[in-house]
Amino acid sequence: MKIIVSIKQVPARDSQLRIQANGRWIEENDLSFEINEPDAYALEEALQLKEKHGGEVIALCAGPARASQAIREALAKGADRAIHIEDENLVAFDTLGIAKLLAQAAAAEQADLILTGLQSDDLGYGQTGVVLAELLGLPHATIVMAVETADSGIRVKRELEGGWFQNVQMPLPAVLTIQSGINKLRYATLMGIKKAKTKEVKRVAVAELGVAPSPAISIQRIYPPPRSKQTQLLDGSPKEAAAKLVEKLRFEARVL
Amino acid sequence: MSGILVVMEQQAGTWNRASWETLAAAQQLASEMGSTASAAVLGQNNAALAQELAAKKLERVYSVGHELLAAYTADAHTAALEQLIRKIEPAVVLFPHTYQVRDFAPKLATRFGRVLVSDAIGFRVEAGSVVFVRQLFQGKLNADVKAESAGVQFASIQAGAFRADRVEAGSAILENFAPELNPNEIRAKPSEPFRESARAVDLSAADLIVAVGRGIKEKENISLVEDLAKALGAELAASRPICDNGWLPMERQVGSSGQTVSPKAYIAIGISGAIQHLVGMKGAKTIVAINKDENAPIFEVADYGIVGDLFEIVPALTEEAKKAKG
Repeated sequence: MKIIVSIKQVPARDSQLRIQANGRWIEENDLSFEINEPDAYALEEALQLKEKHGGEVIALCAGPARASQAIREALAKGADRAIHIEDENLVAFDTLGIAKLLAQAAAAEQADLILTGLQSDDLGYGQTGVVLAELLGLPHATIVMAVETADSGIRVKRELEGGWFQNVQMPLPAVLTIQSGINKLRYATLMGIKKAKTKEVKRVAVAELGVAPSPAISIQRIYPPPRSKQTQLLDGSPKEAAAKLVEKLRFEARVL
Repeated sequence: MSGILVVMEQQAGTWNRASWETLAAAQQLASEMGSTASAAVLGQNNAALAQELAAKKLERVYSVGHELLAAYTADAHTAALEQLIRKIEPAVVLFPHTYQVRDFAPKLATRFGRVLVSDAIGFRVEAGSVVFVRQLFQGKLNADVKAESAGVQFASIQAGAFRADRVEAGSAILENFAPELNPNEIRAKPSEPFRESARAVDLSAADLIVAVGRGIKEKENISLVEDLAKALGAELAASRPICDNGWLPMERQVGSSGQTVSPKAYIAIGISGAIQHLVGMKGAKTIVAINKDENAPIFEVADYGIVGDLFEIVPALTEEAKKAKG
């Protein structure tokens, strides 16, 4: 089974975000970055499918030069090779533009399966996988919690709302968006990190893919969200703050 | 190209509640744009649902009926709505931001060369066009998002962002729309939805909930919040990552993929407040947040907050609770 995993590099989860002076994006210079968590689960699922059925796992990533760190991590964990759509100005593309770049790069590989996380922790549009499937003319399933082969295709378990699930069968090739928690993430081994250095990373420029940025939507401004409630902060030592809170729970919330 | 189309969601004849919130949003947007809203319902037999819609303040209600729409598939839903939208040419199409919408709406928007503005929490009209507000970075920042070119705009509305009880009554013209669907074009074969097991824990009945998130760091530390829950006489709950890691069972998960709760008080410990969690608990009467990051989104909804190290605060709180309970 030939599997492409589309991964994105995003600011590390605990980052303190600062807004750029132009108000349209965050300052990235002083941030550390990591593989978008749902994409890490997609990568793990791809590696497990390869271990079960054989084949090849290709990591596909659109991002600036810094994203090579995420790609190296994917290779160290066990991806066989990688494609890096490298560009310093990908913010000029919207979701559709990025999906077109990924689709162009993926099409040439003729993979059986394309996996990606169900959403990114930065923009959070939650649609790159679905758009990619549409552009490639492939069937898809979203919010996937299990993948197994069935007949000539695959059967996946989709998560629905409120604790419900559904099995869906579809032919290959297909695109799946993977939900966090589908598997247990592995760590890269020392051997894996060493081997990653010899693995192929194909760098592709945006111009080679013939996709120009012509965004359908754009971000006008980003800003801290207004608070819907005035939070009353309880201060003092841990003991003092705890005593104040118990007071509130007792006499105002009346739950004690 | 004018008007707003709301795509309502139903399962086996029952509305998804978020549909009504989106309908309220569409009515509000229509009034701000000086335009009208219409609604569509998809399924095999929508007569009763369409009748119910026709008693709302809408221009038209489209009953999109076909046997291939009986069980949801992205292929059939996309094809049917593409045909309807090409026919009626709305300026804006709104969806409730449900799991089902996440499955097909991006595909539909792509057919029109557009991008779905997903999970919008609000909007305003500027010079005749709509600026949507949505969250970035798991709720840490908001963004104003605008269409860059002419054409139909697609957006999905976050659950809880608008109020279903604001839907205005009225009367609408009912119109049947029969899409042309070909069974060979439907590639996914869905089976009946199911639950993993009977739910042993019903958090929705609890008056007091202590919930724990990533800030707890390790499985071994869960006992700290267990002790607190016990001292307070509270139910224990968790955000998704805690259940994903197997530190607490899935049935204790609060959020869009878990349970929705509205206790008298909800104490969120080490939970940053990603929207997937907030939708499950923001109905709580009193919300308490204990978090080391004073900028965490959880403080946007919290009535009381303690900024600090949960490993110091939680044991202190357990002690104080024991004293109070005497």
